[in-house]
Amino acid sequence: MSSPASSVAPVAISVRDIHKSFGPIEVLKGISLDAREGEVVSILGSSGSGKSTLLRCINMLETPDRGAVTVAGETIEMLAAGNGKSRPRDRAQVDRIRSRLGMVFQSFNLWSHKTVLENVIEAPIHVQKRPRAECIEEAEALLAKVGIAAKRNHYPAHLSGGQQQRAAIARALAMRPAVMLFDEPTSALDPELVGEVLRVMRALAEEGRTMLVVTHEMGFARDVSSRVIFLHQGQIEEDGRPDEVFGNAKSERFRRFIKA
Amino acid sequence: MTQPGILELLSFGPDGWGNILLAGAMMTILIALSGYATGAVIGVLGAWAKVRGGPVTRLVADVYTTVLRGIPDLLVIYLLYFGGSAAISAVGHLFGAEGFIGFPGFLAGMLAVGITSGAQHTEVFRGAFRAVQPGEIEAAIACGMPRWLRFRRIVAPLTLRHALPGLGNVWQVVLKESALVSITGVAELLRQSQVAAGSTGLPFDFYLIAGGIYLAISTVSSAVLHRAEHHFSRGVRRN
Repeated sequence: MSSPASSVAPVAISVRDIHKSFGPIEVLKGISLDAREGEVVSILGSSGSGKSTLLRCINMLETPDRGAVTVAGETIEMLAAGNGKSRPRDRAQVDRIRSRLGMVFQSFNLWSHKTVLENVIEAPIHVQKRPRAECIEEAEALLAKVGIAAKRNHYPAHLSGGQQQRAAIARALAMRPAVMLFDEPTSALDPELVGEVLRVMRALAEEGRTMLVVTHEMGFARDVSSRVIFLHQGQIEEDGRPDEVFGNAKSERFRRFIKA
Repeated sequence: MTQPGILELLSFGPDGWGNILLAGAMMTILIALSGYATGAVIGVLGAWAKVRGGPVTRLVADVYTTVLRGIPDLLVIYLLYFGGSAAISAVGHLFGAEGFIGFPGFLAGMLAVGITSGAQHTEVFRGAFRAVQPGEIEAAIACGMPRWLRFRRIVAPLTLRHALPGLGNVWQVVLKESALVSITGVAELLRQSQVAAGSTGLPFDFYLIAGGIYLAISTVSSAVLHRAEHHFSRGVRRN
């Protein structure tokens, strides 16, 4: 889906030299990555390669030890916290930037005490303080788009995994995010439910959404993304257009990874 | 002299005990409610200390729950009422007052019920918070909800869902525990029944009536709790 325009479009998200350790284990060893508006970047890697941690560092669900994250031109200000780590200077700034990033989790994480519609309108009304009627109208359009308008008054527990994940995508879209972050969105689904979620994601890619997708779905990475990144042991091993990366990988590890 | 019937005993006329028992029942409810509310506030703070606190805060909360759950509730009332009275008297003497100054019985009762049930509230809230799916809280963080909004909209309702059955138990315990406050002379239901039993020479009748009133209060409150449980467990799948 990479369009020629994507190379000159403004940078939507920029990650600079991110480091992250958990105890003695250094999970991310200096990752830098830019995504321009409209780009769909698939992030591949075996488990433990740090790909989910990278995504979680972008919206500060994990605090990076070092490095910078810039979303739509605004850089999250960090302070040194002694002990060689850093922390955000201003919680309110982090919250504001988080509301510009739509996160979709592996385990959906819908709020179980709220209906599908209530899940979708929660952040627009209470975080972004937009008028309720407008939020409901937009939420219903989004639910129709992901194909679960009929389930809007159901609670998440009464939905299939695929329906829950599509509701979670609608919830993320409702904040009108600058960038969508997908953290293995199909890994917790039964195989027959994967397709319906991937179809929704493909449609989002086609309408020009900026997306970072941590995934194991090779087909999606190859056919839908404009760029593929392969992480290995906390470093970027491959970075390029899917045809380049899949057709002519420089890294032996990546060739083995896609064969497996 | 003929034995008066139960209706005469309970009548609200000059010879009846109805208004006194009713006032006693109201006082029982008042002590139980205020003590329960005090305990709930302590419980939220205690649970927060145990879940989010540093080592010192956690230790303080652990000592509190261990001690208060391990000693008789009556002892706590003695400590607060007699200990409190002694302390107030001592302070009063410094300022020239004489004799015994009583700690207000209602306040002692409310505090005693509050700090004993607070230990149980703490454990109920802590366990309930632990039962909330961390992912649901993470989703609230990820969409930029500030801490208080997150607590109000997501964490508190999800915690209450798991806490309510336990909170119902604590309420029933508190209701019964409020009878212990009768030793401070507060005119609650059990105290008034004692007075009535003593002055009429009909202990069996009055204690049975008191039992019936306690049962009525707890039946009504368990119906209310049941409805609350239903409300907060919306969205939970029942198999």
